[in-house]
Amino acid sequence: MAVSDAGKLQLPENVVVSRLDSLANWCRKNSLWPMPFATACCGIELMATGASKHDLSRFGAEVFRFSPRQCDLMIVAGRVVMKMLPVLQRIWLQMHEPKWCISMGACASTGGVFDTYAVVQGIDRFIPVDMYVPGCPPRPEQLIQAIIDLQDKIQREGTITGREFETAGRQARKRALVEIAEPLSIDASRNPILQRELAADSASPAGRS
Amino acid sequence: MPSTPPSVDDVLAALAEQFGDLPSSVFRGQTRVVVPESASHEVLSFLKERGFDLLVDISCVDYLDYRESPMEMAACAGHRYGLVYLLASTATNQRLTIRVFVDDPEPTVRSVVSLWKAANWLEREVWDLFGIRFAGHPDLRRLVMPEEFTAHPLRKDYPLQGRGERHNFPVITRHES
Repeated sequence: MAVSDAGKLQLPENVVVSRLDSLANWCRKNSLWPMPFATACCGIELMATGASKHDLSRFGAEVFRFSPRQCDLMIVAGRVVMKMLPVLQRIWLQMHEPKWCISMGACASTGGVFDTYAVVQGIDRFIPVDMYVPGCPPRPEQLIQAIIDLQDKIQREGTITGREFETAGRQARKRALVEIAEPLSIDASRNPILQRELAADSASPAGRS
Repeated sequence: MPSTPPSVDDVLAALAEQFGDLPSSVFRGQTRVVVPESASHEVLSFLKERGFDLLVDISCVDYLDYRESPMEMAACAGHRYGLVYLLASTATNQRLTIRVFVDDPEPTVRSVVSLWKAANWLEREVWDLFGIRFAGHPDLRRLVMPEEFTAHPLRKDYPLQGRGERHNFPVITRHES
């Protein structure tokens, strides 16, 4: 890396500096490989989303794989009956990290109109879900919007070590933060957002909870 | 306009000659005959030999708390389960419906797998959903519900939303998977 006359570091041409997390997220979000768990009419819309008219490959997610080992995005499209749920859970466990799940349509999200003994009332009762798509069935545009939102979520929260998936671990750290007796000393002079929050704190005597 | 199937009067006459008077009725050109459970296998075997080579379907109705007794036949009033055998003859195009009524406890009827191989899965389905035993069935396991299921969900005294079977699964959290 070159050093300029003024003593500042200069990047050569065609070199970009980024955080590794951010770079990994950029790669991951633009190459989502969906696992189509299509059980009902939502599956038809899922196929239409992947087909030429709606063209899911514009978002890098057109490579539908039927092996969970090769996928990182499970799209549950349609109602899941109680006989199918162990299969769904097994496929979810067989997918490699990092992995995400979209619950597509009213049935996958809530059971829909099928409030009967045989139909699971929302897959999020039994496996983790990142995005819910409303609709019966949703239009391909809605599914594409969910994938775009999921890409945003991956870019925003993702880490190369997958810390965002360790929910129990994250909660433990949150509890540890509360127990810190003295607040961290942070220089707020260059951070307008922090300044506003500190001002709000001093205005309310109870302080932030 | 669907064409009505050919008359089955000759079959009814032969049945009456062999088994005495069996109650029967006609609805929209479809003839139904009520057979007592004790004679069901003999009657079905007789019909098979008489040309009804196709078993179209076996199904069942649970008449628990039915508003009226099964309306068309006074002979079966008060029974709980009504089995339905739909028979057809591919040679003469005749169609015949056989009704067999059974009751709690242990509703049982003789299997007809020995007559029609098609009865195998049909009887398994009726056993699965209504809990009617088919004596002599070679492999009477559940067909559509999971093996660990214990109830017979199409019985009228089974709650529509089940007894919690649909919630009885382990929860996989993000942390564990």
